[in-house]
Amino acid sequence: MKEDYLVLENLTKVFGSGKNTVTAVDNVNLRVRKGELVTLLGPSGCGKTTTLRMIAGFEFPTSGKIFIEDKEISTVPPSQRPTTMVFQNYALFPHMTVFENIAYGLRIRREAEKNIREKTEKIINLVGLKGLSERSPAHLSGGQQQRVSLARSLIMEPKVLLLDEPLSNLDAKLRVSTRLEIRKLQQRVGITSVYVTHDQEEAMTLSDRVVIMNTGKIQQIGTPQEIYAHPVNYFVADFIGKANFLEGRVVGMISKNKVEVDVKNKKYEVFTLKDSFSEGEKIFLLIRPESIELENKKPNALTGIVRQLIYLGSRMIYEIEVDKDHLTVEITNPQEHKTFSPGEEVSINFKKKSLHIIPYEEI
Amino acid sequence: MTGTQRKIREITEQFRLIWKEPLLFISILAIFYFLLTFVAFPIFQVFKTSLYINNKLDISNYLAIFSKRYYFQPFLNSMILGVCTATIGTIVGFIFAYALTRTTLPFKNFFRMTATFPIISPPFVVALAAILLFGRSGSLTPYLTKIIGRYSIYGLGGLIIVETIAYAPTAFLVLYGILQAIDPALEEASMDLGASDIKVFSTITLPLATPGIASAWLLVFIQSIADFGNPMVISGDFRVLSVQAFLQITGMYDLSRGSTLAILLLLPTLTAFFVQKYWVSKRSYVTVTGKPTGAMIKKIEWYIKVPVYTCCVVFTGIIFLFYGMIVYGSLQTLWGVDSTLTLKNYVEMFQVGKDYLIDSLTLSTVATPVTGILGMFLAFLIIRKKFMGRGLMEFISMLTFAVPGTVVGIGYILAFNQKSVLFPFILTGTAWIIITLLIFRNMPVGIRSGIASLQQIDPSIEEASTDLGADSNITFRRVTLPMIAPAFFSGLAYSFVKAMTAISAVIFVVSGKWNLITVAILGFVDNFKYAQAAAMSLTLIFIVLIALGIIQLIVNRIGKGARTIEIVG
Repeated sequence: MKEDYLVLENLTKVFGSGKNTVTAVDNVNLRVRKGELVTLLGPSGCGKTTTLRMIAGFEFPTSGKIFIEDKEISTVPPSQRPTTMVFQNYALFPHMTVFENIAYGLRIRREAEKNIREKTEKIINLVGLKGLSERSPAHLSGGQQQRVSLARSLIMEPKVLLLDEPLSNLDAKLRVSTRLEIRKLQQRVGITSVYVTHDQEEAMTLSDRVVIMNTGKIQQIGTPQEIYAHPVNYFVADFIGKANFLEGRVVGMISKNKVEVDVKNKKYEVFTLKDSFSEGEKIFLLIRPESIELENKKPNALTGIVRQLIYLGSRMIYEIEVDKDHLTVEITNPQEHKTFSPGEEVSINFKKKSLHIIPYEEI
Repeated sequence: MTGTQRKIREITEQFRLIWKEPLLFISILAIFYFLLTFVAFPIFQVFKTSLYINNKLDISNYLAIFSKRYYFQPFLNSMILGVCTATIGTIVGFIFAYALTRTTLPFKNFFRMTATFPIISPPFVVALAAILLFGRSGSLTPYLTKIIGRYSIYGLGGLIIVETIAYAPTAFLVLYGILQAIDPALEEASMDLGASDIKVFSTITLPLATPGIASAWLLVFIQSIADFGNPMVISGDFRVLSVQAFLQITGMYDLSRGSTLAILLLLPTLTAFFVQKYWVSKRSYVTVTGKPTGAMIKKIEWYIKVPVYTCCVVFTGIIFLFYGMIVYGSLQTLWGVDSTLTLKNYVEMFQVGKDYLIDSLTLSTVATPVTGILGMFLAFLIIRKKFMGRGLMEFISMLTFAVPGTVVGIGYILAFNQKSVLFPFILTGTAWIIITLLIFRNMPVGIRSGIASLQQIDPSIEEASTDLGADSNITFRRVTLPMIAPAFFSGLAYSFVKAMTAISAVIFVVSGKWNLITVAILGFVDNFKYAQAAAMSLTLIFIVLIALGIIQLIVNRIGKGARTIEIVG
């Protein structure tokens, strides 16, 4: 597998001039491997779409460079780039049939009509649009339009496939099934893809690696597991999944990647990605709701008072007050556990392997 | 339940709803009465008159259409003129719209304002300028004669030039809206798939704009053949329907023949209108929502840039030349004889034209607010309410878009010079006939801006109001009206402009007591008093600009960032 198939180097995009400048993308560095699907994930306005549009060539970087297979393409016009894009609103040509839409790029490339026909029919079958090739896009369902859009991009055999929130116009159920299809198709074709979304679940299920962005900057790059289990900062931890943050202090390093911390006068040994913390440094202890167990009150344990409980069938959600902090606790399979009632005092157990610390930030 | 039963239930249901709101019910009845009396009835009168000769039913007028030169020649001429103007005007309008939405043309605002300027000026001013420039003693005539030999500006050629300048802006506005509404992602997708600039244009932009181009063409076609002012001034021996109908009625007192010519004029405009409305617009791929999508602007190759920019500069230059000529002409002592610069025309204009000006201002000021409110209310009923006859109401109010002023004018003198069951008063010779004519002729402007802005407002906002206990009228007053206020005022602005610059219909209903400045200007042109006519036209343009400025100020104050809606047609 080649390491650096698509490379973004110090990519920056500034919009506007004078007083009203906005730095949409701020010094982004990213290396995408061949055949990999990388998701750009972040809240709206984080610069993910602008980054994608720079890869496609619709925006030119203010500074920085873009390479595909070691060839710099930063200023190559979009029509000459080996990338194709699946648009958020699909951007199907309304005056052309499904077939014509999909064949459009090949016709522009002046391939032989026989080739075009073969390839187009093949891809129409691949994406499951058989029998619809003479329809106009207006007479297709949202999911079908989405497939046409995907087929139109795939047929060009681009070096990099770009997807700009392709599922956001579908209803929830269709979104789930389509994203699995996209993933399967992407793996089958083995196409290098950059996928933009603001839906973390989508990012988690689809991606080989996830790039978390905020205010134009990359916060973290990693596999879905890394991102969830070992977020590097408050933003990532808070953005991905639910998280409880407890303020604490570093007691000392135990070994590399292992540190002892003091939280609410209790000592914990915690794994960390950052290999140096100074003694006495303020940190956040991060505990996911599902990594907490509740027990009857015991001496010497961390205790709290149940404030609220919500029964969701497969899960029970507790809101526990600890000093002035609130913890959200999620108990799966609640039938197997004791149910505590509001006002009850409980002792709180953290599952050791799931603990994680991140640098302290003023919130 | 069968279809008929369901239908009956629906109707009774609608009726029940309306019955619960008597005020709404009365308003609907009143509006129907007005539309019937002041829109449908006059047109019916024209048709009826064309079928009577010497008070006897006689269809020989229609039998003569293909055999008598005085019918088919003007018809043919009008068609030729309409087709030429529409074609050239649409091309110019498209190039302008393309330049403003897709290229990096500098000074876009300047070009847009210049290109739309002819819309707010009285139509025949362009013809007047053409005479001042290229007429028998025109400023440029000696130079042009040296180059192309003897020529005459009077006739088809001159008319095409003049009407293109006057109506290309209409095409521009339509196409500007269309090109702005085409989703830039489509062009990006095409480019993304490897298409060059020219390919993007020929495979995406142009096909998507085609219905818009057809619409623009048909609208200019309608305006061109319905135009009265320009042909009156510059058509020479080239006879067109609108002018011939006018001459038959005011010169020969042949109401029957005049009405027949008016009907001949009405048929193609109506056809074009319905083709546009019910055929072309259904084929449109883009919906003009009034919300610009921020069309993609990128670097354009020089071989596109050079001709497009040249066309824009040349057309803008021509507009400046023509209107500049009006300024220059208005300052000459005696046109063609003594070109010493003087202000005496303005003095004379105020002595002679003061009364006309006051009449025009008075009548327009009375008519404009009524036009605006009526138009908005109609738009509200059409878009938001369900009642029996809603389709008919929409149809009649649409109809007024397409009916040439000449037909309306003739209709009004035929309908209101005697008492009738519908309207037991005689209006002819009064101020009221001019006011009602202005109201109902310009009402479409208000309806259009109303519909456009209502469609952008989520009905749930109004539903919330009714949900909280307000009836339709209160909802309209307290919720809808404030939201559409900017559109309302820009509708007002355009109604005022149209009232002040109207000529084709009002020329039939003016009287000794109540006259209008546009009619007076035409009179000056008729008597070869070009300098005075120019001075008066300029004053009129100036007044219109001031009025627009005032209304713009109001809109800016009340409309928080709301877009004014451009009105076409």
